Amino acid sequence: MSTLATQTRKTYMGLLARARPQRLEQLLPDLPAHDWLRRPVIGTTMVRGRIGATGAPFNLGEMTVTRCALRLTDGTVGHAYVQGRDQGHATRAAIVDALMQSDAAVQVDATILAPLRAEEAATRNSRAEKAAATKVEFFTMVRGED
Amino acid sequence: MYVATKGGERAIDAAHQWLADERRGDRSVPELGVAQIREQMALAVNRVMAEGSLYDPDLAALAIKQARGDLIEAVFLIRAYRTTLPRFGASIPVETDRMDIIRRISATFKDAPGGQILGPTFDYTHRLLDFKLMADGAAPEALRKEAEAVAAPHILQLLDRDGLMEPLSEGAETPPDLTREPLEMPADRPLRLQALARGDEGFVLSMAYSTQRGYGRTHAFVGELRIGTCAVEMEIPELGFAVEIGEIELTECETVNQFTGSKSEPPQFTRGYGLVMGQSERKAISMSLVDRALRWEELGEDYVGAPAQDAEFVLYHCDNIQATGFLEHIKLPHYVDFQSELELIRKLRRAAAGAEVKEAAE
Repeated sequence: MSTLATQTRKTYMGLLARARPQRLEQLLPDLPAHDWLRRPVIGTTMVRGRIGATGAPFNLGEMTVTRCALRLTDGTVGHAYVQGRDQGHATRAAIVDALMQSDAAVQVDATILAPLRAEEAATRNSRAEKAAATKVEFFTMVRGED
Repeated sequence: MYVATKGGERAIDAAHQWLADERRGDRSVPELGVAQIREQMALAVNRVMAEGSLYDPDLAALAIKQARGDLIEAVFLIRAYRTTLPRFGASIPVETDRMDIIRRISATFKDAPGGQILGPTFDYTHRLLDFKLMADGAAPEALRKEAEAVAAPHILQLLDRDGLMEPLSEGAETPPDLTREPLEMPADRPLRLQALARGDEGFVLSMAYSTQRGYGRTHAFVGELRIGTCAVEMEIPELGFAVEIGEIELTECETVNQFTGSKSEPPQFTRGYGLVMGQSERKAISMSLVDRALRWEELGEDYVGAPAQDAEFVLYHCDNIQATGFLEHIKLPHYVDFQSELELIRKLRRAAAGAEVKEAAE
C-alpha cells in the first residue's frame, strides 16, 4: 500500500475508533454480508506515557479495546481496533475499513466518514471555545510613582 | 491456619439479597442510571478508572453503582474485571504535548506561550454549599470565546532550552510492568510511576503532603499542570502500521524542584512527574511530588529517613486493593488461629499463677 493510502487509512481508522457507537450505527444501520476472520473480542491495551512527557516510557494503565477482522463477499478484508467494549462498534468500523478499500469508497466517505469528521470537529471546537473563555488575560496594575 | 467450615451459605445469600435491596434504597426515589453516574459523578468515575488502572467510563460508573458509592470497592471490581480480559498490546507512549487542552496552568510562568487556561475548576470557588443544586434548576451553559489554534508547548521546555533543567534520562523502550511481574525492590523510575499512577489518591496525597511539611522536602513548584484528551495509538501487527484506537482524558503535572549539580555540572533544576488517567489534578500533583522525593538516590541527596523517600514503604503501601484485601481479611473467620492464641494465653496465665503461688509459699 502506498504511503498516501496508508495515511488515509490511518486517519479514518482513528476516526472510526473515536466515533460514538450509537452514531456509527445510525450512519450504517444495515451491514453488508461478511465472513469473520476474527470475531469481535474485548480486550485491553496498556497505555504508556513518558517520564517528563518526553523521557523514558512507563506503563500508565490499561484501556478497554474491541477488535475484529472480517471479509466482505468480494474478498476485501477490514480490520478494526476501537476503544470500549461495543462489538457492534468494532464490526461497523471493520466493515467501513473494508468498504473504503472497495469501489464504494467515495460514497462511504461522503455518507459515513464526512458526518463523523464534521461532528468530531464541532465537538473539539466547542471544547476549545469553552477553554478559550477561561483563558486568563493578565494585566498589570501600576503601583507607585515610577 | 485456614480450615474450611460450612453452614453460612443461607446467611450469605440473605445478606447479599439485603445488600441488593439496600443498594436500591427508597423505592419512591428514582433509580440512578449508570449513564447518570458517568456524566454527573465524572470525577468519582475518573478516580475509579485511575486506581482501577482501566480506562472505561461506563464500567467505572457501573462499578460505582454496584459498590453503592464505595470507591475502593468499585476499584476492586474494576481490577477483578480487568484480569478477565486478554491484552492486545501496549500503546505508543501518549504525546501529551499534542493534548487537546481544557486546562493548563503554570505556577512558575505567568506569560507561558499558549496562555493559562483555567478550565472547569473548583479553584477560586468559595466552597459554600450551593442549595440551588438541591432544587431542580437548569444548569448554566459554559461561556464560549473564539478559539485560536495556539500551540501549547510544555512549559518546562523553556527552562530546558536554557539548560536550566536536568536532562531527561532515556530508558528501556519496553518498561517493566507490575501487572505482569511482582513489584520488587529496587524499583526503577518507570516502575515507581506505574505504581503511583494506580496508587490510592489519599495515600499518595498524604505522602506528598509529608514532603511539603519537611519529611524529605524537595521545594516543588508546579511548572505546569495540564488536563485534556490525548489520542492513543497502537502498532497493529496485522496492518503493519500504527492506528489511533481511541482517546483518553489525562492529567499531567510537571514540577520544578531544587537543584542538582556537581563539580563538572553547573546547578540545574530537577523534575518530578505525575500522569493520571482522567481529570485528577490532586493526584497528579501528589504523584509528581512523591516521584521527586523517591529520586533522592539518583540525584545524590541524603536519605533523611523520610517516609516519602522510602520506595519500599511507599510502593508496597500505595495500592488500596492490596491494602484493603489484607486489612479486611482479618474480619473473616480466624477461629482456629484464635483458638491457639487462647490456649497460649491460658498456659501463660497458669504459669504466672503457679509462680505467684510458689513465691507466696517461699
